[in-house]
Amino acid sequence: MDINDLIEKLSTEFEMNVQEKLTPATSFRGMKEWSSMHALIIIALVDAEYEVTITGNDLVQMNTVQDLYDLIMSRKK
Amino acid sequence: MAFFSTNNTRIAGIAAAVPKNEISNWDYEYLNEQEKKMLIKTIGVEKKRFAPKSLTTSDLCYAAAEKLIAELNWEKSDIDVLIFVSQSKDYFLPSTSCILQDRLGLPKTNMAFDVGMGCSGYVYGLSIINSLLSSTGLKKGLLLVGDNSLVTCNYKDKSAFPLFGDAATVTAIEFEKDASPFHYSLFTDGSRHKAIIVPHGGLRNLATPDSFTEVEVSEGITRSPLNTTLNGLDIFNFSISEVPNSIKEFMELTKSTTTDYDHFVMHQANLLMNESIRKKLKFDPSQVPYSLQKFGNTSSGSIPLTIVSELRNKIKTERLSLLISGFGVGLSWGVASFIIDNIVCPEILEIE
Repeated sequence: MDINDLIEKLSTEFEMNVQEKLTPATSFRGMKEWSSMHALIIIALVDAEYEVTITGNDLVQMNTVQDLYDLIMSRKK
Repeated sequence: MAFFSTNNTRIAGIAAAVPKNEISNWDYEYLNEQEKKMLIKTIGVEKKRFAPKSLTTSDLCYAAAEKLIAELNWEKSDIDVLIFVSQSKDYFLPSTSCILQDRLGLPKTNMAFDVGMGCSGYVYGLSIINSLLSSTGLKKGLLLVGDNSLVTCNYKDKSAFPLFGDAATVTAIEFEKDASPFHYSLFTDGSRHKAIIVPHGGLRNLATPDSFTEVEVSEGITRSPLNTTLNGLDIFNFSISEVPNSIKEFMELTKSTTTDYDHFVMHQANLLMNESIRKKLKFDPSQVPYSLQKFGNTSSGSIPLTIVSELRNKIKTERLSLLISGFGVGLSWGVASFIIDNIVCPEILEIE
């Protein structure tokens, strides 16, 4: 997988419209509609698609889409 | 390893009672419109019942039990055991089960006790009452299971209040020689007991005047140490990893597959979580009923409430093979399977 694959899946799950595009540099908490439910969606998506566990603590420490991608890659079996 | 089976008992009936007072997450003040939409779609809770202060879990259990005993035509003097499974007691002491024994007019020869469990409580309760009836010669029992979870949630806590609803249920069990067995697998991980906790009010942290002080933890999350504290992300991870693994293991031990069950009834935790579990186990959506949208997360009562709310017409006239799983506060979780065959099931009661 590459980061575009992750971006595409996140955009679908977040139900983002074409105007507000995710990029590797997008900061999750900087998104204007960011909520704790987005955090649950990320955990569920990463678990289902990449079989990687993301904890609440991981989410506190990460900022951007690139950070999430790097974390998945470092943990992926 | 707490994997075991019980024999010679059957479920004779299940009934549920909910408060008449219905509230909607569309009216919840601490979420904006976008968040409400997302909550209802992702977490899956639109409406739920909210008990007034005058209505306790035992009041709801009492109403459901009276109705079920009448429809079963059971003699109260024949009821040997009453178990109240809940974390919503009438008093610090005595046990709520004792109050219910008297109020229901059950004989003094009835053994009654409380079991303090939440989300896993129905699975635990079934295993206890069936073990008693199958091994002791006792003939009839009532398993009263439910919670008023909203009473300890702070309305100003958007991470807890929108999720929960109040409900109670009763399951009537009777001895029947050669009835189909029940199978159970029960689990505990107390190292994560702080994931869902009411920190003050028990002996570890006795209630003091300070216990009533509300603190704004973050935007939209204000609560006191007498309120329920949820670590949603950690519970989420536990539920989508540990729970499906335990269920897979249970199905291996019982040599069963998804197609052996007519329905898989899960604790109604939240939709994203439950759907993640369903997909991992590869159950078809038609096998997995939800009462979450109508009643929210109803804690220990959620499995029997979902059976009554979503499967009532079937269980009254058919023989169904059910797989159930309850998981959460403790952390504590369990899986069980059993046959339910033409049981008595009154409509859900609404209590003022």
